[in-house]
Amino acid sequence: MSRRISGKVLVIHLGIIALLLVAQFFLSPYHHINVARIMIFAAFALGYNVLLGYTGLLSLGHAMFFAAGVYGAGLPVFYLQFNALEAFATGVVSSFLLGVTFGLIVIRTSGVSFLIVTLMFAQAAFLTTLYFNEITLGDQGIVISQVLPPLEVGGAVLEFSDPDVKYNAALLLFGITFLVCIAIVYSPIGRVFVAIRENEARTRMLGYNTYKYKLVSLVISATISGAAGAMYALLFSYIGSTFASIEYSIFPLLWTLVGGMGTLIGPVLGTGLMFYLVDIASGLTESHLIVVGIVLVVLVLYFPKGLMGTIREKWLPWLP
Amino acid sequence: MATVTLLETIGLSKNFEGLQAVDDVELVIPAGEIRAVIGPNGAGKTTLVSLVSGRLKPTQGSIRFKGEDITGLRAWDRVGRGIVYTFQVTSIYANLSCYENVALAVQRRMMGGLRDRLVLAEERVTKGIELALSRVGLADEMHRQAGELPYGHQRLLEVSMGLALEPELLILDEPTQGLALEEISGFCDLIRAISKRATVLLIEHNMSVVLELAELITVMDKGMVIAEGTPSEIERDPVVQRAYLGTDAAA
Amino acid sequence: MSLGPHLFLALLEGTVTALVLALTALGLSLVFGVMRIVNIAHGEFFMLGAVLAWWFGSLVGGSALVGFLVALIAGPLVVGAIAVASDWLILRRIDYDPESTIVATIGLLYIIQQIVLTFYGGDAKSVEAPIYFRVSFPWFGYSGYKLIVAGMSALLLIGTWIVISRTQMGLYMRATQQDEEMAQAYGVPVRRVYALVFGFGAALAAAAGVLVVPMQQAHYLMGLDPLLLSFIVVIIGGLGNLRGTLVAAFVIGITDGVISVFFSPTLAKILATLLVALVLVIRPGGLFGDEEA
Repeated sequence: MSRRISGKVLVIHLGIIALLLVAQFFLSPYHHINVARIMIFAAFALGYNVLLGYTGLLSLGHAMFFAAGVYGAGLPVFYLQFNALEAFATGVVSSFLLGVTFGLIVIRTSGVSFLIVTLMFAQAAFLTTLYFNEITLGDQGIVISQVLPPLEVGGAVLEFSDPDVKYNAALLLFGITFLVCIAIVYSPIGRVFVAIRENEARTRMLGYNTYKYKLVSLVISATISGAAGAMYALLFSYIGSTFASIEYSIFPLLWTLVGGMGTLIGPVLGTGLMFYLVDIASGLTESHLIVVGIVLVVLVLYFPKGLMGTIREKWLPWLP
Repeated sequence: MATVTLLETIGLSKNFEGLQAVDDVELVIPAGEIRAVIGPNGAGKTTLVSLVSGRLKPTQGSIRFKGEDITGLRAWDRVGRGIVYTFQVTSIYANLSCYENVALAVQRRMMGGLRDRLVLAEERVTKGIELALSRVGLADEMHRQAGELPYGHQRLLEVSMGLALEPELLILDEPTQGLALEEISGFCDLIRAISKRATVLLIEHNMSVVLELAELITVMDKGMVIAEGTPSEIERDPVVQRAYLGTDAAA
Repeated sequence: MSLGPHLFLALLEGTVTALVLALTALGLSLVFGVMRIVNIAHGEFFMLGAVLAWWFGSLVGGSALVGFLVALIAGPLVVGAIAVASDWLILRRIDYDPESTIVATIGLLYIIQQIVLTFYGGDAKSVEAPIYFRVSFPWFGYSGYKLIVAGMSALLLIGTWIVISRTQMGLYMRATQQDEEMAQAYGVPVRRVYALVFGFGAALAAAAGVLVVPMQQAHYLMGLDPLLLSFIVVIIGGLGNLRGTLVAAFVIGITDGVISVFFSPTLAKILATLLVALVLVIRPGGLFGDEEA
């Protein structure tokens, strides 16, 4: 259980990134675009999991951080003709600032109160996107593909309508997020996060200002979620208030629980699995979100630790 | 050395909605001493040490540590100053290994700046863990899950976490409660060893432990200090006998 | 209209909103108070009530009044039964663990919503008011049905009050709320109390749904608003504090009515939500609640 990253842990996690890198040459166009989406959502789930899985705080309001990224990146493109890099930066900064502000207000609440406050702030954020309809175009949303200029990197011109650009940009975000999360889990800070999850009162008496650490965890989580949102807006060229709706707060919870909270691979696996499950269900029925409901209930009843949580417990205790 | 005052409480009081749990307590503990606080249930002993460790805020009075007023400091900052509290009810991370349990205590004093919070040489942490665990005799249990340890070992783990914080004042809240007889004598040796480096404030019900270890005993009843003295003085004190020993002396 | 009558209209609207809200929130508050769980699917029970009102109305046919009365009795019963079943099938098995319960009731939310979408459809459907008359004030006419809704809600609130304060069941509920283990030791069938409270809370929400549906259409996504409003009320009133819940429902209902008449309803909701979230931050036990919660 020592904190040095062991060889096999590194091989497995780098292997996943390598697998995704190679996979793009074999995937059909349909799956190609799906996997690109999944990688962005997986980054969102990884960010969410920092807070839920490793710090033990259940949020029902992460849609606002995702949406802060979406709008923070999308609106400057639409109104100020930002290029993709600048827009991504503003998206990340927006969610970071929202995370800090929100965190300073709510970090002293815990348990059920924390959850209700996150839900309500997120709802206020959602309503705000509708209220400023003239800017956000509310429900209808804005398509930014016409205004987003291609990005020139070292002589190469990257068109965001190009599927390969989408895939590799998504992979880049996912890869970096994945590595950042590994680093956090193995860092002294990550150890304190887990300690807070396991026993907050004890952690305080070991000399840690737990509020400060929870705030840091929340801000990291919010910023990663916002980075995912910003990337989503740029690659899929749509910004709309849907991304701030309660659905987008529940999805990362679902993905994380399916895969296993407090594991690194879990949220990634959970995102992919649920994406395809919902995708298949939507081909069968209009009421495809019933899959979400059933999976949630089955999970709490029979697999409270999720896929990777169960696998880790039974076979691979050394997994982070 | 013996005359340096480590901890001093001045008029320390705590009121819980009308109930005076700690009432105007003046406690002076010199550095290097083993001090026991005894008293019947509900005398306010745990409340007193909770005030000292910062888990509770006093209603009145102040606390000085090494000459500085620490009344306004939060619990985690007091740990940084060297006041360490070990819980009455064993409070360990049951789901984590002993290694991780102690690691949290060891890395606390290594985490100075931002860089140390992000990266720490694990060898240094491991060294600290090995040392802290071996001092309580748990070196072999390092990789076991803490919750699986027998109760007595969990208490030792708790103490080892306290030691790893390198305390100047170690507060032990009923450390021998629930231990078997043969475990208790080992525990006494441990506390005596600890006291070579740290001042020990001990809350204890077991009178034989108190009489054996303490240099000075403070007796509390109904939130107040009713007597203070060496073990032999306390044994003979009629006030104490009436309030405490008379009813509970069998222990 | 000048300011005076405008304000009067706002207060009138606010009172109707407040009473319906009190009914919905009381259900949530009861469940939280007795069982110490947060039911995210509470709004869906409200929605089920509304949808069932439409269904019974079209089933009975003929007079809208008969359909309404059938719905008012059968709707809460059906929804209550569904809630009791969910308690037995799901909540009991996860031992009412607070966080698992939240996840499970989110699941329940989706299941109920999507089943309604399948069998009822995605369109909003309106239900004819059982009674139609207008009360005329000097400045405007006001829907008589809304006043009846207010009256019926008040009756149901009083009824609930009697159940809690005068019956054996109410005694059990209060005992369980005070101290579950103690209650169990004194022979209170805690498990059954839980199931019944969960069903009762859902039935209250459903009754509110039935009452509301002639004023606003029934739609499968209509549950979110009452859920969030109930959260607001329950938080301001103190989690699990019934008297606080009633007071808070009036504060929120009337404030909402007044702000909505004079400003935009969306702005009213944003402000209310932020305000309440801040209340919770400063006083985690709510304005009328205990300091610790």
